Amino acid sequence: MTQLDNDRLIWIYTQMLRIREFEERVKRTFEEHPGVIRGHTHLADGAEASIVGSLATLKPGDQLMATYRCHGYPIALGTDTKKMMAEIYGRRDGLCGGYGGSMHLVDPSVGFLGASGIVGQSIPQATGAAYAAQIRKQGQVVLNFFGDGASKQGAFAESLNLASLWKLPIVYIMENNNYNVATRSEQEDANAAAGEPLSVKAKAYSMPGVTIDGTDPLAVYDVVEAAVARARAGEGPTLIESKVYRLSAHGNLIAPPGVPLHYPEHEAIAVFGNREEYDAALRGDPVPRFRMRLVDDGTLSSDRADAIAAEVTDEMQAAVDFGLASPFPDPERALDFVYA
Amino acid sequence: MSHEVPYIGAIMEAISLEMARDESVLYYGQDVAPNDDHDLVKAFGRDRIRVSPISETAEIGMAVGAALSGMRPVVELLMAEFMLVAMNQVVNEAPRLRYMSGGQVKVPLVLKAGFGFTAGWSGQHTGTIYGMFTGVPGLKVVVPSTAADAKGLMTTAIRDDNPVIYLHNYLLTLEHGDVPDGEYLVPFGQAAIRRQGGDVTIVAIGWEVGLALKAAEQLASEGIQAEVIDPRTLAPLDLDTILTSVEKTGRLVLVDQATRHGSFSSRIAADVAEYGFSSLKAPIKQVTALDATIPYSEPMEAFLLPDEAKIAKAVHQVLGSTPVAA
Repeated sequence: MTQLDNDRLIWIYTQMLRIREFEERVKRTFEEHPGVIRGHTHLADGAEASIVGSLATLKPGDQLMATYRCHGYPIALGTDTKKMMAEIYGRRDGLCGGYGGSMHLVDPSVGFLGASGIVGQSIPQATGAAYAAQIRKQGQVVLNFFGDGASKQGAFAESLNLASLWKLPIVYIMENNNYNVATRSEQEDANAAAGEPLSVKAKAYSMPGVTIDGTDPLAVYDVVEAAVARARAGEGPTLIESKVYRLSAHGNLIAPPGVPLHYPEHEAIAVFGNREEYDAALRGDPVPRFRMRLVDDGTLSSDRADAIAAEVTDEMQAAVDFGLASPFPDPERALDFVYA
Repeated sequence: MSHEVPYIGAIMEAISLEMARDESVLYYGQDVAPNDDHDLVKAFGRDRIRVSPISETAEIGMAVGAALSGMRPVVELLMAEFMLVAMNQVVNEAPRLRYMSGGQVKVPLVLKAGFGFTAGWSGQHTGTIYGMFTGVPGLKVVVPSTAADAKGLMTTAIRDDNPVIYLHNYLLTLEHGDVPDGEYLVPFGQAAIRRQGGDVTIVAIGWEVGLALKAAEQLASEGIQAEVIDPRTLAPLDLDTILTSVEKTGRLVLVDQATRHGSFSSRIAADVAEYGFSSLKAPIKQVTALDATIPYSEPMEAFLLPDEAKIAKAVHQVLGSTPVAA
C-alpha cells in the first residue's frame, strides 16, 4: 500500500467530493433551470475514486484524453469549475466559448487534450500524444480514459497494438461500469460472456493487463502509479480495467426540443428491473466511503470534513451562478475558429 | 534556379526539406521506409520516420493526437480510399477539434494519399473522392497537377496549422517537371492560369489539367482559344480567378475525374451560376466521370472517364456549335 501523506489523502477526498458535487449540480440544473442545458450530458458520479486515484499519479507535463463523460478529469486537475459550468450552459465565458458543450471539454493548460463524443475515438489520439511524448524525451506520460464499451471498437485494437509495438508511454484506463448505454457487458463482450475480466484483452497486444477495484482511490493509485512508472521508464503501455459503477443513467434523456431533458432512472432498473444491483452500488458509493475511512483512521477530522463539504458546496453554487449569469456568445462568433 | 524531377520526387523533396527545417514534422504510414538504410531514416532517424501496420484509424487518430500535442505529422496513406476506413478521424475529429475547443487547440497534420489510379486498379482503388472531404469545415484539400505544385503545395500543407488532405494523382507520378530548388511554397487558395484564351474558360482538376491543355491545343487549331485554369487547391478555392475568367469568356466548361454527383466541379458550377450568372452566355457544362464505380476492363474504364474528345465536345456545346443536350 502506498504511503501517501495526510495532505495528499485529504486532497484526494476533496477532489472526489468536488466532482460529485459538480455532477449533482449539472443534474439538478435540468430540474431547477429547465432549458438551460441542451443536448446530452454524461456524469461521472460513481467513478470519482477511479478518476482521482489515477490523476493523483501525474506530474506536471503529463497529459490525458478522455471520452464525452469528461467533467471529472479537469475538475481534479484544477480547471475553473465556473468556466466548466458556463460551457455546459453554452455561454460565452465557457471553457470553450460555448463551442463544444459538455461532451467536448478541453483544457490544454492542465494537460487535458480533450475528449471525443464518438466512443473509442480518443484512444488513437491519446496514443498519438504518447508517440509525441516518446520522441520529445521529457519523461512525459499520457493517460487515456475510456469505458468498457470502447474496447469493442476497432480503434481500441489498433491503438493498443501500436502502443505495445512502439512501447509508447501511455496507460490505458478502461472504466468498466458493466454497461454500454443500455446494454450489459455480457451481452456484447466475448470475454465478459465467458466470465473473464476485460483486462485479458491486454494479452492480445502483449502488454500487462490488470483489473482493479475502481471504487477504492488508493487501490487505484497503487496500480496506476506502477503503470505510470513503467511507461515513464520506457517499458511501454499497460491496460487497467477499473471496475466502477456509474450512479446516474448513461446521460440525460435524448429527446427532441420541447421534451424536458431530465435524467431518467439508471438502466439497471429502467431496462433490466434490477433494483437490487443499483441499491448495492449506492451502498458502496465511493465518496462517502472514503470520507468514512479517512475519518475512522484519524486522517481527517469530522469537522474538517464538514468544512470541506461546505467549501465544495459553495464552489459549485458559484459555478452555477456564474454559468447562469454569463451572456450567450455573439451569434456571428459561430464562424470563428473554423481554421487556424 | 530549378531542376527537373518527377512529380513523386517533388513531393518527397518537400517532405524532406520540411523535416530538416522543423523537428516537429513526422512522416509515417504503411510501408514508409521499412528498411533502416532508407535515406529518410538515415537523415531523420526512427523517432520521426516509422512504418505502421495497416491501421488507418490508429494512423490518422494518432496524427490527431500528436498534432494536439505539438507535432506536425504527415501520414502516408498510399491511396485515398484507405482514408475511408478511418472516416471518423478524418471528418468528425481532425477538422472539428479546434472549433469545439473554442480555439484552444490546433490540429496541424497532412494526410498524403494517391488517387485516381484509373489504369486497371479497379473499383476500390481508383476513385476520385475529394467530394467527400471538400465542404467539411476545418479541412483543407489540395490537388497538385504539376511537379512544381506538388512540391510547393506539400510545403505549404506541412506549415499549415490545419488538417490538410493532400491528394496526388497516380497517373502523374512519373511526370517530370521543372521544380524550384530549395524552399518553395505555393499558397493555398490561388488558382493557376495554365493557358490564356478569350473564347471559353476550362477549369480542370489534377490529371484533367493535362487533358484540358491537350484539348485546348486541338481547339486552337480550330480557331477557338481556351483559357485553362487549374484551381490547385479545392478547399480553399480561388473562385475569384474563375469568375474573372468567366467574365471575360462568358462560357465555362468544368473537367473533373470524379463522378458527376460527387464531383467538385458541381460545386464550382453552383458558385459560378450564383455569383457569375450575368457573365454567362451559355449554360455551364461539366465533363465528369459517369455515375458508376470504375470497372476493371479497359474499354469500360475509358468509357466512364473524361477525355480530350469529351472536353472538346463540351467546348463546342457551350459555344453553340453543337447542340447542348448531352
